[in-house]
This record gives sequence, C-alpha cells and structure tokens, in this order.
Amino acid sequence: MIMKKIIILLIALAPLVSFTQKKKKDIQKTSFEVAGVCGMCKSRIEKKAFSIKGVKLATWDIPSHQFSVIYDASKVSLEKIHEGIADSGHDTKLATAKDETYNNLPMCCLYDRIVKE
Amino acid sequence: MKYTYILLFFMGWSASAQQLLNGQIKIEESGIEMPIGGANLIWLDTTVGAITNEQGEFEIPMNSNSNQLIISYIGFKTDTLKISTAKKLIHTLLPNTEDVLDEVTITQRRKAIQKSYLEAQNVILVSSEELLKAACCNLSESFETNPSVDVNFADALTGTKQIKMLGLSSPYLLISEENIPMVRGASQIYGLTFTPGTWIQSIQITKGAGSVVNGFESIAGQINTEIQKPSADAPIFVNAYVSLNGRKELNTHFNTKFNEKWSGGSYVHVNQRTQKFDANGDSFLDVPISKQINVLNRWQYTDATKGWVGFASLRFLDDEKQTGSMSFDPLIHKGSRDFWGSEIATQRMDASLKVGYVFPETPYQSFGFQSAYSNHDQESYFGLRAYDIEHKSFFTNLLFNSIISNTKNKFKTGINFSYDSYNEQVDLVNYERRDEVIGAFFEYSYDSLDKLNLTAGIRVDSHNRLGFFVTPRIHVRYNPWERSVLRASVGSGRKVANIFAENQKLFGTNRLIQVSDNGGSVYGLRPERAWNYGVSFRQGFTLFENQGDVTVDFYRTQFEDQVVVDWEQASHIRFYNLEGSSYANSFQLEVDYVPFKNTSLRLAYKNYEVKTTYGTQTLQKPLQPKERFFANFEYRFENEENGSQWKADWTYHFVGAQRLPSNSRDGSGFYSNSYGLLNMQLTRVFSNKFELYLGGENLGNFKQLNPIIGSENPFGTTFDSSLVYAPVFGKMFYAGLRFKLNN
Repeated sequence: MIMKKIIILLIALAPLVSFTQKKKKDIQKTSFEVAGVCGMCKSRIEKKAFSIKGVKLATWDIPSHQFSVIYDASKVSLEKIHEGIADSGHDTKLATAKDETYNNLPMCCLYDRIVKE
Repeated sequence: MKYTYILLFFMGWSASAQQLLNGQIKIEESGIEMPIGGANLIWLDTTVGAITNEQGEFEIPMNSNSNQLIISYIGFKTDTLKISTAKKLIHTLLPNTEDVLDEVTITQRRKAIQKSYLEAQNVILVSSEELLKAACCNLSESFETNPSVDVNFADALTGTKQIKMLGLSSPYLLISEENIPMVRGASQIYGLTFTPGTWIQSIQITKGAGSVVNGFESIAGQINTEIQKPSADAPIFVNAYVSLNGRKELNTHFNTKFNEKWSGGSYVHVNQRTQKFDANGDSFLDVPISKQINVLNRWQYTDATKGWVGFASLRFLDDEKQTGSMSFDPLIHKGSRDFWGSEIATQRMDASLKVGYVFPETPYQSFGFQSAYSNHDQESYFGLRAYDIEHKSFFTNLLFNSIISNTKNKFKTGINFSYDSYNEQVDLVNYERRDEVIGAFFEYSYDSLDKLNLTAGIRVDSHNRLGFFVTPRIHVRYNPWERSVLRASVGSGRKVANIFAENQKLFGTNRLIQVSDNGGSVYGLRPERAWNYGVSFRQGFTLFENQGDVTVDFYRTQFEDQVVVDWEQASHIRFYNLEGSSYANSFQLEVDYVPFKNTSLRLAYKNYEVKTTYGTQTLQKPLQPKERFFANFEYRFENEENGSQWKADWTYHFVGAQRLPSNSRDGSGFYSNSYGLLNMQLTRVFSNKFELYLGGENLGNFKQLNPIIGSENPFGTTFDSSLVYAPVFGKMFYAGLRFKLNN
C-alpha cells in the first residue's frame, strides 16, 4: 500500500526532474570583470543579468568586481550577456555602456570607466 | 543550507586555470577558531578573486601579475599574504580592533544572534557564541538569552525546563536536529535535555508556520539544531561544569580528519547530580538526582569537486532521574506507601544517514536524502502510578532543489515517509498504536534581488489516522524602505496529540485521568488542527553613531480542533476535543542596540493572550504569564596583548502573573505573583585554547516556597506537584572550563 504510494509519487515527480536536466551540455559557466562600486551596482547588474533569457545564475562580487554567470548557450551568447550588462550602465572588457546611461547612474555608482579592449 | 550550493559553485569556478591555490580561511572569535564562509580573497592589483564556501574553503588560480593575496571578512582584520607556491593555505583572520589603520576598517562585531533582512521566513540564527553566554548545559537551556523562546519552570518532579514559543508549548513546535524531526512523540518532555550544549553548532528558530519541507507538524514554529561537524570542530575539546546545586557535567569531543574527504568525531557527555537538597523544608527533593550518559559518533564525507556530502551518525543515551521524598530509597520503598518517590529511566538509540549531491556543472541543482531511525524506551513510576512508553520511529526524506528559468525562481520538491510505533502503559491501561504517513511537498521561492522575497509551499499527506490532507504555507518579505523589513506569513499545521507523553507531569499528581472518547482516531480523540498568521516589522536605526534595530511582531494561532488539557478541576485531569474557541495571540517588541563599543543590549517585551474554552468558560491557559520582559546586556573587555580577554553577560527575565487552576493550596481564581530573575556570567579567556567561566542564576533568590501541593500527604487526593510557577531552587552558582586543542 505504502510502496504503491511511493511509486505513484516518484512517477509524478519524474517529469519535473527530467525537465530541469535536459540540454545539460549547453550549460556554460564563466566569469569576467564588470565595473561597479557598491551594493546598488550589485543589485542593478544582477537584475539586468537575470532579465536576459538563458541566464541561469548570476552574481557580482563587490570587492573583486567579478561577475560569475551560468547560462544556456543554446539560448544566449556570451557577447549578448556582455552587451546586456553594459546596457544597464556597467562596462565590461567587451562592451561599453552608453555615456548617457553611465551619467544617469547614482553618484555612488560612478566607477572608473574601462577602456574596451 | 540554501547558500551552500551557491558558495560551492564558486569552488569549481576557475577550473580551467593552470595552477590552483586552495585552502581554508578561518576566523577567531571568542578565542575559538571557526571556518568562515563568504570571506573574500583577491590578488593585489588584479581583479582575480574568490569567495570561501560554507566550510571556509576556497580555490583561486595562481596569478602571474601578483603574489600578494588579500584576505578580508567584514569585522575582521584584512590580511595580505605573500604567496610564492600553490601550497595549501590555511589562514585565520583576527577580530578587528580599533587602533588598526586600515582603509576598510569596519568596527562591527558579528552579532551572535543574527536576524535576516533577506529571508522570507522570520528566521533567527543563534550562533555557538551566543550559546556560550549562558553556559549551561543542554538544548532546553540554550534559549535563556533569546527572547523569541520562553524557558519555563518545570514541575518539581522532573527538574526539566520546558520551552514555549508564541505562547504555545513545545509539542506545537517542530524541533529537529539537522532537519530530522527529533523532539517528538515519547521524547516530547525530556528530549531537549538529550542534546548537550557543547554538541550544538547553531540553532535556527523560525517563528510562525515555517517551511513545508520538514513536515506538517509545526504549528507555532520550528527549531532546528545543527550539530558540530567533525571536519570543522576542534580535534580535542573538553568542557567541565560544576554547580552549587550538585550538578556535574563533562563533555569531550574528539575529531579526526582521516583524509581530504573523510572525517569522524566522537562526542561523549556525562552528567550527574547525587546531592539531595530540600531548602524549603517540604521533605521533597528540590531538584531530582540524576545521571546521564550520552554518546554520539559521526562520520562526515565531503567531496566538493564532485559535489557529494554525507553524514552518518549513531547515538546512545541512558538517562536516570530520581525524585520525591528525601527519605525515599527505591530499593526499599518502591511500590510502598512509606515514602513517595519516583524514578524515570530512559534509554534511546538514534541512527541517521544523510547524503547530498550538488550537480557540479549546475550548482543550483541538488539532491538530498535523509533517513533516521530511533528507539526510545522510558520506564517510570511516580508514587503508586506508572508510565512506560516505547516509541520506535523511522523517517526518510528525499529532496530535490532546482530553479525555474533562473536562480531568482527556486524550488524544492520531494517526498517523505515516516513510521511511528507506540506502546504505552498508563497506570493499568495499555495503549498501542502505529502511525504511518507519506507525503509530497513542493516549495517555490522567488527573490526579486532587492525588495521582495516570497516562499510558497504546499504539501499533501496521507496519514493512517489524520487521513488525506493538504498543508499550504506562505511567507513574504518586503523592504519598504532602507534598513527595514516587513514580513507576513500564513500556514496550517496538524498533529496527533500524544496526551500522556506530552503531559507527563500529570503523574506527579493524584488527579484522575479522564479521556472523553468521541470515536476519534487517537486515544478516541480527534487530531489537532490549527492556522497560524503572523506579521513582523523591523527597522534598523543609528543612534549616537551606534547601530540598532527595533522589531515588532504579532502572531496568532487559531485552533480548528485541539485536544484540550483541562486542569481546572483539582481532582481530575481531563482530555477532550475543543468545543468553543482556542487561540494564542503573541505580541513582541524587541530592541537590539550597541550602546557603547564592545557592548550589546537586547530588550524585549512580550504579551500573550492564550485562551481556550474549558467546559463553559474561556480562560487564559494555566501557568501562562500574560506579560514577560527580557533584557540581556553583554560587555566584552578589550583584548589584552597576549590574547586573553574578560567577557561579562547579564540576563534578566520578568515573568508576569500566571493563572492557576483552582486547587487546595491557592483556592480558586488565583494568580501567582510576578517576579524577576537575574542571571550573570563572567568568562575569562586565557588563550584560544583555554577559558574559565563563572556564573550565577536567580541572583535575586526568588523562589516558590510551597511548590508541591499536599506534600504532607503524598498518597492523598490533593497531592499535586504540577502547579509550579517559579524556581524551586533559589540562587545558584556554577563554574566551568573549556579546553580546546586546535589544529
């Protein structure tokens, strides 16, 4: 009786697990520098990153300025992630924020600009 | 736990780099070294950095542009180390002292009680440092310096302190050890005394409904205890304690790291009290004489690169208590009417296995498996009454964590199964039953990354006595403005009432037991059902350049069905299902503030309205004070040059008037006097290896003079040791030492 219930529950849960496991080979992780200063920057950078379709996990570390990301390469390219973050006003080595966006950041967020490589 | 996966994720981060430097970062706090998660490492003048995981471990690629590694953690001195080879690095950060010139000096001590600004649930984390403030002795006494949990005075019979949260006693809390339900069923009354204080690494207290992951049984809240981990605890630790009321305790921990992956620990606790005290001259012992042996053996397996973590634990307990008349000798007087006496003997065995797996490529996905078995056997008699209970319990849980599209949307799902068999002998009546339950849960949490968090959980369970039912619970957190947090929660819970195990103090009376059988599934009674609603608001502030916060919370528990424990008639104890209303309203105002450097102050006012319909009247629960006040003040003297330090803590409890059911001592409509209790402890830290402490409890020497009703005729009908509303023992002093051998 109990065994039967366990089996039914496992069957019910199985699709959930397989759904999250699919296309594992497309999952990429990397990290790169994103310019920024404070906790407000962190929130802005991470929110922007999560708004990019295909980004699974994104964290920006305040002291080291390292941005770490896990993304689904079948849905988004690394360039698009750089561009997206630059869109929010934060420079990376591959994408530069528009001056206008940068100038509109709050005072405490005005970091030293990165010269694009 | 939640962050483990994210932190672990940083570990394998720079896997592509050629040469890796790895190691462990620790902090020294109160002379104790412990690994610290979230410490920052960065090569000087570069942007290459790393963060330590929960075990303090890190991995960072060697850098050709820099050989100076900067290690920092908030509140601790930032260190810069010269690294020439990628040899394993173990480094300890020292606390920040004021005169250190450093551009990121933040003279903020990590608080011993941390209240989260970020979690949706109202979770309070109590660290091991907090536990040292009132150095005694087991889990039931670990809440003395915490205003969210009330520690009450037990009956003179058992000497065991009972806890309450939101005005409800421990059966309405889910008390777990590393997320395995622990203090339940047969161990409900004494279970908290079966976890020695030194074994505890930290405690998480959740007010309100809590998570659905660990079951449906929590109604007022959840208390989870993390036990020392062999890989992080000191190789050798010794604690000895002696008090002037005759209690002696000894704790030893031995931890061994076999290799990178395996470590093991053996923890032994013994305590005894052989001296008999009768200060109030009622011919009864003021505190039971007792002895306990408690042994825990655990093994830990960690393979961070592959993502596996495992724990196996085995534990044996033997506990004996004797109380009653000063002249009672069990060998001669047991079963006779010469002297009234009682013995309670408990043997318990616990075995558990936990395995966790974090997908190395996708660290936001993980599996967890837990399984636990316990066998609890209590044999006891109280004068001519007897109560035996044997409880075998099996619990298993399979959990899967993952995300929906990204880590802003996480979920946990899984199944659990538990089996309990009870065999009870209540005076001359035998009760036997088996409870089986299988359940599935799904909990979704949303994080907006700034102002909003939400956790919504649901579980379905199929129980052989409670039937099939759904348990929903929701928690929301919102930051309306800077340094503030607003929380709300709603949830339901259910439980089987183990009426005898939960109310064992009834055997210390000559009351007649009356159970109003209405055909319900447990002892002829229907199980208990309740909803809990809560709101809480916290605001941080800065006053005279010092930080503080104010918290206001209100919780209401509304019972839809309850097994009412009715003490109102002096000659009886009655159990019946609720007819009428039953609720517990709890209001708390708390202020935490750092008035001066090296000090910390915590004040709390609590108001409880806990009312139940007893027959025709709706009354405040007996022995439930309507008001309580709490204050704790700590002072840390400046660190001396050789690393030694003085620490002092004061704790004050004010307990308001408590209603007592009518009885031959107090008459009817009686309220106890309100009273205050002052405790103090002084700790001398000699080095990070050795410290001594000295403390006093109840320094105002307040005591209830006649705790036992009818003590002159313990076999008569009026005898009742259950109506104790204040300490029986007056002021008490204790001393102890802690010795630790570090790595």
